[in-house]
Amino acid sequence: MQQYRRGSFNVGGEEIRLPSINKSHVIIGVIGLAILILFVTSFYTIKTDEVGVIKRFGAYKRTTAPGLHLKLPFGIESLTKIKGSQYIFREEFGYSTTKPGVRTEIRRDRSHLAESLMLTGDLNIATVEWVVQYRIKNPRDYLFNVRNITKTLRDVSESVTRQIVGNHSVDEVIILSRREIAQMIEQRMQEILDAYQTGIDIETVELQDVNPPDPVKPSFNEVNEARQEMEKMINQAWEAYNKVIPKAKGEAEKTIRQAEGYELNRINRAQGDAEKFISVYETYRQSKDVTKRRLYLEAMSEILPKIEKKYIIDKEQQGLLKLLQLQETGGK
Amino acid sequence: MRQKNIYIYAILIIAVLLIIVLASALYTIDETQQVVITQFGKPVGEPKKEAGLYIKMPFIQDANYFEKRLLEWDGNPTEISAKDKKFILVDTYARWRIEDPLKFFKSVVSENGAQTRLDNIIDAATRNMITSNILIEVVRNNNREMSVAEAELALSTEEVIDSIKVGREKLSKNIFNAAIEKVREYGIELSDVRIKRINYIEEVREKVFERMIAERLRIAEKYRSEGAGKKAEIEGEMEKELQKITSEAYRTAEEIKGKADAEAIKIYAAAYERDPEFYSFLKTLESFRTGIDEKTWLILSTDSDYLKYLKDINAK
Repeated sequence: MQQYRRGSFNVGGEEIRLPSINKSHVIIGVIGLAILILFVTSFYTIKTDEVGVIKRFGAYKRTTAPGLHLKLPFGIESLTKIKGSQYIFREEFGYSTTKPGVRTEIRRDRSHLAESLMLTGDLNIATVEWVVQYRIKNPRDYLFNVRNITKTLRDVSESVTRQIVGNHSVDEVIILSRREIAQMIEQRMQEILDAYQTGIDIETVELQDVNPPDPVKPSFNEVNEARQEMEKMINQAWEAYNKVIPKAKGEAEKTIRQAEGYELNRINRAQGDAEKFISVYETYRQSKDVTKRRLYLEAMSEILPKIEKKYIIDKEQQGLLKLLQLQETGGK
Repeated sequence: MRQKNIYIYAILIIAVLLIIVLASALYTIDETQQVVITQFGKPVGEPKKEAGLYIKMPFIQDANYFEKRLLEWDGNPTEISAKDKKFILVDTYARWRIEDPLKFFKSVVSENGAQTRLDNIIDAATRNMITSNILIEVVRNNNREMSVAEAELALSTEEVIDSIKVGREKLSKNIFNAAIEKVREYGIELSDVRIKRINYIEEVREKVFERMIAERLRIAEKYRSEGAGKKAEIEGEMEKELQKITSEAYRTAEEIKGKADAEAIKIYAAAYERDPEFYSFLKTLESFRTGIDEKTWLILSTDSDYLKYLKDINAK
């Protein structure tokens, strides 16, 4: 048996000697430890996006802003940190984001479908996906009034969304009144959450994908196609209309202009003829007989050379006429 | 030396005992909790609801903690037939709190016990309320007029026309009112009951899908025929416009021409009126010039004005 001195022990046959303990060292150590614990449990820091809630013996005492703070040590006062009022929480309904980022990945399974499938006011079915964003407006209420606050928020949101969608037609839900519906949900949710004193402030409610259920989708698409077809037909008809009518208007204008041309032509000519006649007449009037004879003879001497066959018949021998007609036919 | 050690040990033992006693006598209540003090299992005094530090009799009294916060209750989806024999799955939720921990402690003991009671009471109230109302009352909230993409095709189901007398909000309220009294005896204060989900059961859902498809196809068909109709209308309009334009142009042109002719006649008349005889003379001569050519045979009698000098130089 080996004898060991106080303050040493054997490890693997080798004697290890500890420094001898002085009582005052122990006291200093204990006091030092106490001071350390005092410091650790007295000082605390709150990050920029957080607030601290201090309870003394379990009872709410104060809420502290970001920074370094003091509290009573040794568990007399305890600290709970929660996100500040700037921090936006986000709850998704009908889907869940598995990887946020540039290309956000989302997931939908049966439980999501149970969340998103809902009855509309015209007893149709739509799948509605939505997002609720909220902040903590009252840390004290948020911490102490409701247990499992996220579940409460989700229950309220589902209930309110269904109630409001249930009061709208499927067309309103899918296309016509998305924004109004989201606003109504937001408002009603806030009312209920305030009644529960959750300390939550709803920032936004946004409807995401709102669709007819999968089996019905193709028929909704067909409606879109038919609508486009209708618009196409109407456009084509108008196109034809716009091609034909302006042309016809042009033609009409042309006809009218031609008539106006005719008018000018007719009147100018008439006036010309009239002027000509008047001036001839004026001269004629001064020596009627001579002028008349002159005009007559001038005309005759102009005509006669043109005619190849001329017959001069004495007035007593009119019968000859018959003879001539027999000899030549087709003449004028 | 030995004497001193005994003192130290005695002080230490007393201190430890004191700590044990204090630990048993002092207790804190958190903001989220309330406490019922029991002595040998029997409740004593009023329940403590305020958070803070309290003292009780050590060892013989126990502090029983209960939640003070609003607590959740989530029902299971239940298949219920509405008054109009439509089977739906109804899922409700409720929020409640332990209002009277003493009663609560005596009657249901724990939260689990309370959940079972709530299950029974709220489920029954829900079932009663839904079986005595038609489906549309459960779905809709009020008689707000809903707009649809196709106004004339809107009222495809007769239920929609039915006016809402109760509505979902009020119905939830009724369920709540029916349940609130019944849970009070357990020290429970019900603060809200709401319908979370309503859905058709699987078979009905299929039928609804079919109906929705049929309705959409009808709308699509309507669009198509409307397109064809509108097209025909535009074409007709075009034809009409075309006739109008052409005929109006014709009318205007003829009017202008007529007026021109009349004007010309007036001008001629005004001029020729001066001497109609001279006019016919001139016009005749002119027509000789234009009407007679080389093919013309001219047979002139010797007594014509032109040839009168041929026979007689002194002819008059």
